[in-house]
Amino acid sequence: MELNDSLKVLCGLSAVTGREKGAASQIAALFEPLCDEVRTDAFGNVYASCRGEGRNPRTVLVTAHYDEIGLVVTGIEDSGFLRFAAMGGIDAKTLPAQEFTVFGREPLYGVIGAKPPHLVSAEEMEKVIPIDDLRIDIGYSGDEAKKRVRVGDVVGFRFPVIEMKNNRMASNAMDNRSGVAALLETLRLLKGLRHDDHVVVAATVQEELGLRGAVAAAFSTAPDLGIVVDVCHADMPDAPPDDQFPLGKGVAIAIGPIVHPARTKEVIELAKRERIPYQLDPEPGDTGTEAAALQVAREGIPTILLSIPCRYMHSTVETISLDDVRGTAQLAARFIAAGPWKEKEGGTTC
Amino acid sequence: MLNPYELLKELTRLHGGSGDEDAVRDRLTEVIRPFVDELHTDATGNLIAFKKGTGSGPRVMLSAHMDEVSLMITHIADMGLLRFRTVGGIDPRILIGKRVLVGPDRLPGVIGTKPIHLQTAADRKNATKLKDLRIDIGANDKTQAENLVKLGDRAVFDYEPVEFGDNKLMAKGLDDRAGCAVLAWLLQERYTFDVYGCFTVQEEIGLRGAKTASFAVMPDYAIILEGTTCYDVPDTKEHLMSTWLGKGPALTIMDRAVISNRPLVDFIVETARQNGIPYQFKQTLSGGTDAGRIQGSGEGVKVATMAVPCRYIHTPVSVLDRGDFDAMRRLASATLKRLPELFGRT
Repeated sequence: MELNDSLKVLCGLSAVTGREKGAASQIAALFEPLCDEVRTDAFGNVYASCRGEGRNPRTVLVTAHYDEIGLVVTGIEDSGFLRFAAMGGIDAKTLPAQEFTVFGREPLYGVIGAKPPHLVSAEEMEKVIPIDDLRIDIGYSGDEAKKRVRVGDVVGFRFPVIEMKNNRMASNAMDNRSGVAALLETLRLLKGLRHDDHVVVAATVQEELGLRGAVAAAFSTAPDLGIVVDVCHADMPDAPPDDQFPLGKGVAIAIGPIVHPARTKEVIELAKRERIPYQLDPEPGDTGTEAAALQVAREGIPTILLSIPCRYMHSTVETISLDDVRGTAQLAARFIAAGPWKEKEGGTTC
Repeated sequence: MLNPYELLKELTRLHGGSGDEDAVRDRLTEVIRPFVDELHTDATGNLIAFKKGTGSGPRVMLSAHMDEVSLMITHIADMGLLRFRTVGGIDPRILIGKRVLVGPDRLPGVIGTKPIHLQTAADRKNATKLKDLRIDIGANDKTQAENLVKLGDRAVFDYEPVEFGDNKLMAKGLDDRAGCAVLAWLLQERYTFDVYGCFTVQEEIGLRGAKTASFAVMPDYAIILEGTTCYDVPDTKEHLMSTWLGKGPALTIMDRAVISNRPLVDFIVETARQNGIPYQFKQTLSGGTDAGRIQGSGEGVKVATMAVPCRYIHTPVSVLDRGDFDAMRRLASATLKRLPELFGRT
């Protein structure tokens, strides 16, 4: 399957954070032809392993989370409308006039509407509508709604993939299905490359709730090197310039306390040598990505962070460039194949 | 026989921003041509059908507007992003995270927002203003965008109809493709009096098409078929809900553009009661329909508006109840059939 097609399939899956189960088997099916073994753990992480050909193979873990932000039903009104709360970092501004799938006893179509502008005062129009004031409309009476939906059911955005100019694509799930697509592409590229080390790619769960899946993945695979693939903010008007990594200008390589300095330096050198476009992403804090979890998992895992620039993150129109996804996979695959860290001691020095 | 509900769904798939209604008019022309006597498009773009009555009587105009709320590209900004204005009344807060099609080539685009991670405390509290929204078509830069898009190009919402819940239909443009579908269906019938079926343009920017259509027709009576405001959502004050979904078509006593002809409204209510058809009165005075323009044409016209309640009207995800749509059809049809009784009274 071509990269744009697999990304479309991935974005079409619904995996609201903490309730990713429905998507796991389909991600496993996408991994299957590209690796030696696929398995899913108790948490819902999906692993694809490729054995290394070296005599003393180490293990490289490449992660990308496949959960997405969504909503959870907290109450059912007598009028049939659903109350809800956010699962992950939902921006209230993105909710009015959106379509959803409510994962009730059966998946149901739902919509969050908006008051007609005819009835909105000028003062009201200045304010963001708080999440608490919004309801999901599933088109049923209270009695019928209560038969079909339970408190605790999750709600996912229902938004098609939009293909735009210059290989750009938008979807509600680019954070981080674009990362999962990069995992698929990495596996595909590795089939054509010799690699001494064992490679485990993991599509992980519950990143949006606090990097939880990655912790389990690190425990379960005990890797010698971690590569995390996630999204970072792309260029847009009105955002701070140091938080912008232009679309289509290549993978952003994180530099900062949580990523391993030597491995990061090596991956930057490799990108230069192989002429893979990249951007430097200075990250003074913990990045909020799975790299933060892998760094301190087990006895500590040397980790690098590769980010795909993404506009309008945490909205229904998260926009990425397919070129950046491809570049990210190329860099990850070649880094794994080159295995520069093998020459070094323990991996703690720069 | 025409299936009015299927026609409604089909019409909502077509794009027709105010002043750009061609696709809707072309399809309606095809649909109604077989059962009307005369058909023409006037200078403003209204589609006007004539159906001769079997007897004599006053002229009756039936009208529904073809246009829907949309956007217009007004500036091509740095980074190749497009600034726009609304064509018709749209709350800018509903535009974030929407998909649109831009220009005659229908280029896919999206309307984004500064991510929550980068928003200041003030950003999170204050609504994004229209001037700060952009359409992103994926252009690399300004020059590329200028080659793809022209100033004045339209952007329309890219949403497909969905049937859901208990007999509910979600679609963009229910205001007023619902009225168009009902009007097309009504034109199949021949009445005792002459009927002019007017599918009007530019209602959303000030009831403009109806002005020329009613001048041309000079009707004695007019019934305007609409989709209207409805916000029967929890925590809304009951009198500000405007209408309720599932309680039948809404009749207007008064709004910002018109005071309906009371004998005609009462006659419609009487018809509803006689036939056991549900109806309701619109509770708010907000908004205005083509009735306002039509009423004031010539020496004055007796007008009434009946409308299908549409939740979330003027968004790409408006919702109607199929029962209301069917009830409006039946009520309009029953009213027309006994309308000569009213002629006798006045």
